[in-house]
Amino acid sequence: MNAPLNYVPTSDFKQRTYAATQDPQLRQSFRSAMDFLMAKRAAQFPDGAAFERQRSLGEEIRRYSLARLPELLVQLETNLTRNGIQVHWAETPEQANAIFLDISNKHGATRLIKGKSMVSEEIELNHEMAKHGVDCLESDMGEYIVQLDNEKPSHIIMPAIHKTKEQIARLFAEKVPGVAYTDSVDELIQIGRRVLRENFRDAHIGVSGVNFAVAETGSLCLVENEGNGRMCTTVPPVHIAITGIEKVVEKLEHVPPLLALLTRSATGQAISTYFNIISGPRKNDEKDGPTEVHLILLDNGRSQAYGDEQLRQTLQCIRCGACMNHCPVYTRVGGHAYGTTYPGPIGKIISPHMMGLDATHELPFASSLCGACGEVCPVKIPIPDLLMRLRREATHEAAPERPPLVGQGAGRNTLVSLAFRGWRLVHVHPALYRLYAWGASRLRFLTPKAQLGWTASRTPLVPAARSLRERLKMRG
Amino acid sequence: MNARERILARLKAAPRQAATSLPDVDGHYAALPRTTSPAVRLARFREAIEAAHAEVFATTAQAWPAELARLCKEKGVGSLAYEPSSAFARRLVAEVGLPTLQAFPSMVEACKTRLFDATDAGITQADSAIAETGTLVAWPGPTEPRTLSLVPPIHFILLDARRICDDLYQAMTEGRWAGRLPTNLLLISGPSKTADIQQTLAYGAHGPKELIVLLLMPENAQ
Repeated sequence: MNAPLNYVPTSDFKQRTYAATQDPQLRQSFRSAMDFLMAKRAAQFPDGAAFERQRSLGEEIRRYSLARLPELLVQLETNLTRNGIQVHWAETPEQANAIFLDISNKHGATRLIKGKSMVSEEIELNHEMAKHGVDCLESDMGEYIVQLDNEKPSHIIMPAIHKTKEQIARLFAEKVPGVAYTDSVDELIQIGRRVLRENFRDAHIGVSGVNFAVAETGSLCLVENEGNGRMCTTVPPVHIAITGIEKVVEKLEHVPPLLALLTRSATGQAISTYFNIISGPRKNDEKDGPTEVHLILLDNGRSQAYGDEQLRQTLQCIRCGACMNHCPVYTRVGGHAYGTTYPGPIGKIISPHMMGLDATHELPFASSLCGACGEVCPVKIPIPDLLMRLRREATHEAAPERPPLVGQGAGRNTLVSLAFRGWRLVHVHPALYRLYAWGASRLRFLTPKAQLGWTASRTPLVPAARSLRERLKMRG
Repeated sequence: MNARERILARLKAAPRQAATSLPDVDGHYAALPRTTSPAVRLARFREAIEAAHAEVFATTAQAWPAELARLCKEKGVGSLAYEPSSAFARRLVAEVGLPTLQAFPSMVEACKTRLFDATDAGITQADSAIAETGTLVAWPGPTEPRTLSLVPPIHFILLDARRICDDLYQAMTEGRWAGRLPTNLLLISGPSKTADIQQTLAYGAHGPKELIVLLLMPENAQ
């Protein structure tokens, strides 16, 4: 069996962010990549007013689709089935993996060739299939690179963004048989092309994600640049697609506005090299294409977010990654520090539903609330508001009228709640407040020099010699 | 209850959002500036697809076989795969003698190895194109296997210059795609590429390394 990948417990978030900020090479990789992606995106939206109109439409389409989600999923299933695509439903990663395994076993397949799919990362497909002797090979260049190095992607669009080309050159020389060290990007890509081409040709099952599923036509849409998505969905006799239940839109005409926002926000491209609309397996009179197409619809906590009108907005996401590209925290700590499949701002608001707040309660706090993520979001998800909401849910009991989230209140710290309760007491009682202010200023010499987390990177807080009120009073 | 029913039950139990009306996609696109001149559309298409590293050669419905032969010679194309039932196959066979022509057999299974390892180029015909993004619309079906535009390292594609729309929305609605989608509709906007290594652009990731558009201009415009 393969050794497990470098999966990291989310609970060590703080230590990992510290380690990441001390790694100059990692900092440099992310800084330059984020600057590059921000500039490319900005060039695609030169007119602020036009961008606002575009993203209002994008938001409207996503909200409309979510408002009708259960009906659209049924419509999608009906039309996909009519088109000959087999639909499977999975509530959990375990169920989704079991479906993959079942289809693989039916075909006696021992290798799956994969196009890029974050949902397959979410269910840890590669790892789970390996346990049953089915080998998954990533074919997106970035994913291929991180898989060679036993890592997970550090960015949802550019998985190997944390690596320099020299690191990749060393990795190829070490791991790809018969390859000498070269740091020419063209040569490295051609090496990947050669290795993966044989696998496209010979694999029995191809796997892909889905960017948009269209209910009225029963179609799966895929955005990509490399052609590996087309390879995986065209050449092997069986194609299995997996997607989250939120990706559905009603009409085909809802796709162009979202596609235009997606590629521009993600990589600053007006359109990706390929846009693939799949509406069925190979027909009798056709000469190629898979003879069997499956779609797995995965919930994995999405219905929890859906159950709350505010948190539901999380599901508007079209996975462009612009929020992470513009996030000052993500840029400094990189994608791996989060320990979740989806890093950055979107990861902080979606992961608690997938993994529970017990594993993720620190994430909503890892934000300066600068608002950049909300400003660039092409479907106007109010990410800072959702971070604030999840901070509350992570540290409080559920409001009486709402069911608790998984892991509700897991971030609650008795000492901190006690301190804030004391703070509140002092600030709502004037007499108490005056006494406190008088005492704090007189006893300021007693202030400890070490003040827990505060003084880890700041000078200690010391009360003023006299409170503002006292000083104003002295002035007369 | 099975997984499907449980998921749907959870979604249906959620508070319903106040009724949202159908998004006005049509209104949005109607408010955008449209091009009426075919020449402007053509120029835009060309500029955009060339910026994405495709090559465009203007020719005519009459002259394209000769132009194709010339390009094959120039690029050292020794073998060219095509679909014998495609509309252009007769002229291809009759007039483009230079490379070895590989007729697509009855099923891809019979030619996978050759297509992957011993074919220099494939040729297909575009259904239409999109000016805004420099995009070719491929409509694979019985007369166009989809591997022809994907597997060989060079992809030649014939495009009727009169079939260029402003944007994807227009192509989709005027072409009434929703009612007649093929198994696998494709938008192609350049040769295969990647920037996955240190954001450095490299062409020929997995699909064709070169995309060559043979633009069929109306005869009277020549």
